[in-house]
Amino acid sequence: MKISIEINGSMVTEEAEDRTLLVHFLRENAGLTGTNVGCDTTSCGACTVLLDGESVKSCTVLAAQADGHAVTTIEGLSGEDGDLHPMQRAFREQHGLQCGFCTPGMIMASVSLLAHNPKPTRDEVRQGLEGNLCRCTGYHNIVSAVIDASGQEVGQ
Amino acid sequence: MIPAQFSYRRASTVDEALSLLGEYGEDAKVLAGGHSLLPLMKLRFAAPEVVVDVGPIDELRYVRVEDGTVAIGALSRYHDLHQDAVLREHAPLVAHVAGEIGDPQVRHRGTIGGSLAHADAAADLPAAILASDGELVVRGPRGERRIDAKDFFLGPFTTPLGPDELVTEIRVPVRTGAGWGFEKFTRRAIDWAIVGVAVVGKSVGLINMGGTPLRATATEEALASGASLADAAALAAEGASPVDEPHATAEYRSHLARVLTARALHQAA
Amino acid sequence: MSIVGTRVVRIEDQKLITTGGTYLDDLREDALTGAVHAVFVRSPIAHAKIASIDTAQARDAPGVIAVYTAADLDLAPRKVKPVVEPWLASDVVRYVGEPVALVLAEHPYQLADAAELVDVDYDPLDTAASIDAALADDTVLFPEHGTNVVMEHGGPLDEHAFDGCEVVVSQTIVNQRVAPAPLEVRGAACAVGEDGRLVVWLSTQNAQQARGFIAKGLGVGEEQVRVIAPDVGGGFGAKIGSDPEPVVLGWAAKRSGRPVRWSETRSENLTSMTHGRGQQNTITIGGRRDGTIEVVRLDVIQDAGAYPRTVFLATLTELMASGVYHFPKVETRSRAVVSNTTPIAAYRGAGRPEATAALERGLDIFAAEIGMDPAEVRRANFIRPGEFPYQTPTGASYDTGEHEKALDKVLEAGGYAELRAEQRRRREAGDPVVLGLGIASYVEITGAGTSGESGRVDINPDGTVTAYTGASPHGQGLASSLAMLLSDQLGVPLDKITVKHGDTDDVPKAVGTFGSRSLQMGGSAIRQAGEEVIAKAREVAADLLEAAPEDLELDVDAGVWQVRGAPASGSIGWAQLAGHAEEGLLTADVWSKGDPTFPFGAHLAVVEVDTLTGKVEVKRIIAVDDAGPIINPLTFRGQRHGGLGQGIGQALLEVMSYDPDGNPTTATLADYSFITATELPDFELVDMATPTDRNLLGVKGIGEAATIGSTPAVHNAVVDALAHLGVRHLDMPTTPLRVWEVLQEAGK
Repeated sequence: MKISIEINGSMVTEEAEDRTLLVHFLRENAGLTGTNVGCDTTSCGACTVLLDGESVKSCTVLAAQADGHAVTTIEGLSGEDGDLHPMQRAFREQHGLQCGFCTPGMIMASVSLLAHNPKPTRDEVRQGLEGNLCRCTGYHNIVSAVIDASGQEVGQ
Repeated sequence: MIPAQFSYRRASTVDEALSLLGEYGEDAKVLAGGHSLLPLMKLRFAAPEVVVDVGPIDELRYVRVEDGTVAIGALSRYHDLHQDAVLREHAPLVAHVAGEIGDPQVRHRGTIGGSLAHADAAADLPAAILASDGELVVRGPRGERRIDAKDFFLGPFTTPLGPDELVTEIRVPVRTGAGWGFEKFTRRAIDWAIVGVAVVGKSVGLINMGGTPLRATATEEALASGASLADAAALAAEGASPVDEPHATAEYRSHLARVLTARALHQAA
Repeated sequence: MSIVGTRVVRIEDQKLITTGGTYLDDLREDALTGAVHAVFVRSPIAHAKIASIDTAQARDAPGVIAVYTAADLDLAPRKVKPVVEPWLASDVVRYVGEPVALVLAEHPYQLADAAELVDVDYDPLDTAASIDAALADDTVLFPEHGTNVVMEHGGPLDEHAFDGCEVVVSQTIVNQRVAPAPLEVRGAACAVGEDGRLVVWLSTQNAQQARGFIAKGLGVGEEQVRVIAPDVGGGFGAKIGSDPEPVVLGWAAKRSGRPVRWSETRSENLTSMTHGRGQQNTITIGGRRDGTIEVVRLDVIQDAGAYPRTVFLATLTELMASGVYHFPKVETRSRAVVSNTTPIAAYRGAGRPEATAALERGLDIFAAEIGMDPAEVRRANFIRPGEFPYQTPTGASYDTGEHEKALDKVLEAGGYAELRAEQRRRREAGDPVVLGLGIASYVEITGAGTSGESGRVDINPDGTVTAYTGASPHGQGLASSLAMLLSDQLGVPLDKITVKHGDTDDVPKAVGTFGSRSLQMGGSAIRQAGEEVIAKAREVAADLLEAAPEDLELDVDAGVWQVRGAPASGSIGWAQLAGHAEEGLLTADVWSKGDPTFPFGAHLAVVEVDTLTGKVEVKRIIAVDDAGPIINPLTFRGQRHGGLGQGIGQALLEVMSYDPDGNPTTATLADYSFITATELPDFELVDMATPTDRNLLGVKGIGEAATIGSTPAVHNAVVDALAHLGVRHLDMPTTPLRVWEVLQEAGK
């Protein structure tokens, strides 16, 4: 079927099998490989993107379901002038990433988290990121990054 | 992990959905949020020939109060239900439980109708709707019918829904100001409940204590006859036959049901 | 101005946070244009004879290029002493997940369809899917070997060892099998280049060793293979590389004449990537009622899984059995058995966590037996600072340490006395939510068993610097650390330094990143190469400035050479120097030998246990992890955080389980309890830095340290919480069910 998705502000129209998963449409049809696949059970959140502004796991959405909708991936987060999004900047500043594989999904989930809860506590950040796994950081600095991006002071 | 091939069909209205379901019958599966169906399809535990996507049916996303009943459109998403001011006021248990399912990404996609129709005994909302004396509005080629939640969960993943029928609405009595409680016991926050308990007033629903969501009938009868909360909670596992698994034995589940029922009853009191 | 020791954000991050890294699946190299996709058909049965394999239907499926089985392979057998591991199973399968066939197809979706059509007929055999079942030898995996015991080391144990001890305690402790589960699963891409060489992109921790392994497997010279590690999404020891898949894929690329790409699924990963830990250890401790310990015995049984690829884990566990203590006598023995389970290899810590877990749990049992606070028992037995270098009875030579100070620091930071008071208060009040405190003092060996590392530093004609390291970082931030070291050493700003690694054409000889070795070995090599470059530059600068070499100095603030005491006579920068050097390049390429070092630390865990449900919550973890001088506190702390997360995960939640028939019961990430943000507290890190004299930088490794301390600290805390209820021990993971069951048992 023909699928049209507005990805990071640009319309991408491609022919794809009906069963195509959104994450594969992003990676293979749109050529955006920032969104990663880390599992096959909707568990890890590495594939998290924004669909109409809300975080979703793109491995568990059909590309067909996103047809006619808008998707934002990690590649679409920084400004046109290359300025980092505050969440990207905070992840770097707080060392909220190590191997980087979970990072695109983690950043997108964090952006969605702050959209709903602009000044979360550290515990609320932990709960808000329950659907995103990271094997490297022990999550401590990821929590700090979200707190930082929210404009709150990061304690030690 | 890729689903087997299928044909994707999209419905934008209930009538379109019914027409498609009538056309494909047993070969079709309804796709709402997709967070029950797609994982099964990716693992190839399910391989329907046709998937009917009802996601675009905006007419089924609402919460409204009418004649002492809260009516919830079947395609309302967990996240939206959790935030909904009307639901929070008039059916606070349902609003709360909707915010406890899965993780935020799941809650952005999953729908109440999808959860109920899937009828997983380990899911949170079925027990909450059961405890709320809810009913489901179902539409099919022969028109609309209403099914009490207590008659809806027939067995594991089994309901009276015909292949040509669609859940369109969930109705629960207004319980403004009624006490409620919810306890969900998991290893990790994102896990399915090992056992859960949903209480509203003196009604008690159990998650994952058998092949279907259950009412803790013995507890409810004890409460009705004036037993203490502790004594009533001690009966929570009566008549239940929970699954015995390596990470959660049946005996442990029964124990948890008693402990969690006591806690949820205290919250509701 | 020196930046070493200051908090510097990583040079690695810009790409990772904007477009994402270039992991295996993200490669879009020209050489991979037109690549076919590969999937391994794997055994769904733990132990069976293969009666037949019918590939006809799969071959005819849309898009399928080829289906290969063992019958097609013409590779020499792979010996994993004392048995042989097939590249693809031909006669017998020995674990769920063992590769049986390889399918190639044009498109990944076609591949998923076709793999289902390979029809393998299995005749099931009896299984030995646990250490106990393997030891019983009722089912022997390799009848030609005669027993499941594939390695014995140490011993014999002295039956009179504990004669004369006032107190002897003994406990068998399961150090459960866990899944390393890096977020990026395994993957490889293979193409035959125009020069006829096989190029393998591999998600690996050590491209150079992988090249040797693949070349040997294919029966070709190493010069016939190039391995490139792209960005690697975590390894944790499981990407050190002992897997058959890259060899089979390389063979398939040659056979099919097409580039081949492979990326496993997560569920495949959980049964086919090597697991970690998997030991059953009996610790016996004898000593006096005043807390002095006289004899320790550690008897190790290593589950090797179906093929004994990595039995060194058991002997490394023996080596570390002395811990941080001055025990007069330590005796050890180890055995490894094969079982119908996924092969076991390194996982963050690899031998040291197992030794520490057994010893530290044993010490708490000893302390409970004599009624002494666990902290006091440790104090009574620490190696004293004056005793270093300290030769342990198990054969290690510890470099430096201040073990009691590390413990003092965490107890003080945690408020140990107040916590004990709170614990008493809750016990006396009959609070169903009880408090537990757990201590672990640990020592670790980093850079063990290897010969050193390569390092090369080039000063380019434009004045930029390119460093080549034999280490192969995949998340640790080593490129940043090496760049910081060079920036200080050469006076070149960070943004003019590039660090390269992971391509065998760039770095032909190397060891790689594992065993917390990269900074001490790879960093020392870069330091040494930097020194050689400076020496060469001095000669060139002397020519240009017409001065004696010994009169020149490098002003590292300005990044220029000048005559000492006479800056007015002119200065010369790196670009100019490089331009005047032979071939326009100043370069030094070194191999730096290095000895192992012994980081150490102490952790204090505070847990709450809900005695009604069995649920454990880690409230606090306070950690000293001393790895000597710190290059970048940001990444240093990051490594500790990661270690804490994984270590706590093992104590609380994680276990790779099998049923008695060898079927894995935790084979997806929905079932495997990978620890999440909601199960972890904020970490409380306490700083301490004791240098070593065993390398140029004075540093020790930090990659695994916190994993080693945190697991027994949390484990001890859970038992401590329940001690007043009659609980002496329970095995990890301390899941709610297990806690509840042990309380039921204790209450009887």
